[in-house]
Amino acid sequence: MTTASTLSPSALMGFVHRRRRGAELFLLILSLVVGIGAYAAVGLGVDGKVPADIIGYGGWLALLVIACHVTIRIKAEYADPILLPIVSALNGLGLAVIHRIDLATLADNPNAKVLASTQLVWMTLGVLLFIGVLVGLRDHRRLQAFTYTAGLAAIVLLLLPLVPGIGKNIHGARIWIGIGGFSLQPGEAAKVLLVVAFAGYLQLHRDALALAGRRVLFIDLPRGRDLGPILAMWLVSLCILIFQNDLGSSLLFFGLFLVMLYVATERPGWLVVGAAMFGAGAYVAYLFVGHVQVRVSAWIDPFHPFVYQVVQGMYGMAWGGLVGRGLGQGDPQLTPFGYSDFIVASIGEELGLTGVMAVILLYGILVERGLRTALICRDNFGKLMAAGLAVVIALQVFVVIGGVTKLIPLTGLTTPFMSYGGSSLVANWVIIALLLRISDQARRPPPELMGTGDTGDNDDDATQVVMMR
Amino acid sequence: MNKPIRNVAVGCMVLFVALLVNATYLQYWEAGDLNSLSQHADNRRVRDAEFSRERGAILVRGKAIAESNKSKDQYKYQRTYPQGPMYAHITGFYSRDWGLGGIESTRNSYLSGSDSSLFVNRVIDLVDNQAPKGGSVSLTINPAAQKAAYDGLKALGKNVQGAVVAIEPSTGKVLAMVSSPTYDPNKLASHDFTEVGKVKQRLENEKLSPLNNRAIESVLPPGSTFKLVTASAALSTGSYKPDTIVRGGASLNLPQTTHDMTNENGSNCGGDKITLTQALMVSCNVSFASIGLKIGADKIRAQADKFGFGQTYFTDLDDDLTRQAISTFPDNLNSSNLPFTAQSAIGQYEVAATPLQMAMVAAGIANNGTVMQPYLVDEVRSPDLDVIKKTTPQPIPDQPAISSKVARDMTEMMVAVVDAGTATTAQIPGVKVAGKTGTAQSAPSRPPYAWFVSFAPADTPKVAVAVLVQDAGVARDAISGSGLAAPIAKAVMEAVMNR
Repeated sequence: MTTASTLSPSALMGFVHRRRRGAELFLLILSLVVGIGAYAAVGLGVDGKVPADIIGYGGWLALLVIACHVTIRIKAEYADPILLPIVSALNGLGLAVIHRIDLATLADNPNAKVLASTQLVWMTLGVLLFIGVLVGLRDHRRLQAFTYTAGLAAIVLLLLPLVPGIGKNIHGARIWIGIGGFSLQPGEAAKVLLVVAFAGYLQLHRDALALAGRRVLFIDLPRGRDLGPILAMWLVSLCILIFQNDLGSSLLFFGLFLVMLYVATERPGWLVVGAAMFGAGAYVAYLFVGHVQVRVSAWIDPFHPFVYQVVQGMYGMAWGGLVGRGLGQGDPQLTPFGYSDFIVASIGEELGLTGVMAVILLYGILVERGLRTALICRDNFGKLMAAGLAVVIALQVFVVIGGVTKLIPLTGLTTPFMSYGGSSLVANWVIIALLLRISDQARRPPPELMGTGDTGDNDDDATQVVMMR
Repeated sequence: MNKPIRNVAVGCMVLFVALLVNATYLQYWEAGDLNSLSQHADNRRVRDAEFSRERGAILVRGKAIAESNKSKDQYKYQRTYPQGPMYAHITGFYSRDWGLGGIESTRNSYLSGSDSSLFVNRVIDLVDNQAPKGGSVSLTINPAAQKAAYDGLKALGKNVQGAVVAIEPSTGKVLAMVSSPTYDPNKLASHDFTEVGKVKQRLENEKLSPLNNRAIESVLPPGSTFKLVTASAALSTGSYKPDTIVRGGASLNLPQTTHDMTNENGSNCGGDKITLTQALMVSCNVSFASIGLKIGADKIRAQADKFGFGQTYFTDLDDDLTRQAISTFPDNLNSSNLPFTAQSAIGQYEVAATPLQMAMVAAGIANNGTVMQPYLVDEVRSPDLDVIKKTTPQPIPDQPAISSKVARDMTEMMVAVVDAGTATTAQIPGVKVAGKTGTAQSAPSRPPYAWFVSFAPADTPKVAVAVLVQDAGVARDAISGSGLAAPIAKAVMEAVMNR
């Protein structure tokens, strides 16, 4: 018995997370200024006047965000105060840019489909699910019970687009299903389910995966028999790559799995093995799958006439320069998919490098808050889940923005919270709800009664949090 | 698990920093290259922006022949050509999708305001938050002469193929340059782009190729007008004077063949022995063919080159689309093919010249033997009317082409041609006009070309003109330099002299 152990944990740490709900509200108002202000700026730039529906639009956006805020105040009062404002800002800005491109398309063709209002409906659905998750899921650890269910559901969802009759091939990638006039990307939902499944599985088997194995050249390589799950995930990823022509999702899922495996086992060897396997698989796919070859050659030579969209995106961003043409004053409609995959190029054109940097930094902070939640979380399942969710966002942002700005080959992924697309938007709102739920658990002061003699992993982790600050 | 999470965080940071650096590279360092039309011609944003800019005007004596007027559509300015067809081959056109032509193309950097000499103006526009404006280009054209030339060709018929070039002999200023058939550049500068595409397609497919600037882009046998060059070469040898007796008669037996060279209409040039002046007055083929055989092809070619053959000295309309033609005197003539030398001496065989080149010959004779480099752009002004560039007249290399003595003799002989020779149709009361007609055969199946070159007043020349009527659609026997071409030249000379 040490002296310290007689004190309550909170007194021991000398630190209790504050709720910071006021700060969240303040930041939320700022984020609404971004979203609604951008909407007004689009109207000013295109028509020279503030859009007539600014009150209705702004009111609806504000209502959604405030509903989220109130839910957090009631159901997750210790949750991280930064996450929601960032998401609100990104979503609002995305809506404004989609509206901007709507206006340009309408100018050419008055009967064109308007995307921004649809996206607002999807956002509403996302917010409802967000509230549903926070209200319905009181403790994230209950998801552990659904480890294998989630895994199975994820695989079914991933395979759905390959089913004849349901699956749809849009723009060369077979990652869509059509239900009642809607096109959905089941992979987006699978993303969330996979994080849950990986977290549950790894939390159970991390010891076996971590301790066995031998050391080769400073790297601890895993045992052959433990390679089962990684092999399975590798095959799933390659299937997505080859049969669904979707390098982006393939990279995303496998990268997610590897990072979570590394976090769970603390063995970099897994990263080496995994990266080598994916590299080899992707190279073989490059040699034999036409779709992948096109993407890579487009990356090496973007001025090849075939790869119109990358070039147009680059022209748009160069045209924007440092400060951009101003919302409504560029030509983002010249970039194909300027409202979805290439929305960053549209932002680069109208808001300039400044806008692109702001967006990238917002994503960076979002990921950082997610990983911080993982650090301070007291249970392993929560740690793995939070880390996984944060990494999903990080990888997705890197793959899509990197692709658009020609850092890496272009792959079809959505820009989280900004791109037009319901499946992705809703799934990402659920991800944020889950992160908030975990962070509420992590930041909530531990109950006084558990504080004697039990100094395990939890206290260790908690101490490190103090060191971090 | 915290250590790997921290490592993952560092890894994520690396990814995001890579994104930031790459975006900076793309939007800052590489942006200039990507926004340069010369490197990326398909960059529509840059092209549209340039198309929306207020371009400077192209001016003739202070009046715009191409100007940018405010328009209500997204491009803000509409390029218009108030006297479109008359100046079409000079101004060129300004289209979004089909490139530029003429002065619009060759002086684009000034007109668009992107030239480095307009840098200060651009900075001021930037500071004042004004859209950048282009500078204006003033031409050497004399509007009255241009109109006279245009009306003259038009009077011969809508589809007449021909060209007129007038030059100020003492400077090389191009006073008129007309090519027919012509087109309306307004139709190519329109913002109705599908219609513009159709118009361009039609113009390109048309048999008479109206886009072609016949004044500089096509070479044809100059026929008897080339006798001016042969006569100059002969006088320059020193063995000939205007009153030197040369061979006349109805025909000349060509060496190495059984063919005879005859005169136009079978005339005998007024005798078997005539003076050189008489030979020029009646445009005697026999005389000039025999002179050519006597002095040799090399002397004639050297003389032709001094007048500007073998080179293009006119650069103001040079761009990617304009194929300026080089006037040539054949270089394969020697003692084994003397008949070709005889034919070349009278401007047939493979002798080929642009109307501009023939105007330069007349201008050289008029300017005491010195050929000045022809130019069209007089000065370039910034948007606030400061003169940025003014052209200084200069002779082409290797001058004088003929001595002033020879020039005086040539002038007198050419005056005789107008006073009492083949070119009486070019007479202007009270003014001494020097001229020479030409009717060139190309192929038996094709009608001959009618030429006329002249200058006036003969003592103090103000204007030298070359007129080519390639095909006027008239009966074969109605085609002659004096009948078709000389009246147009006369009108142009009168216009310049304010008569």
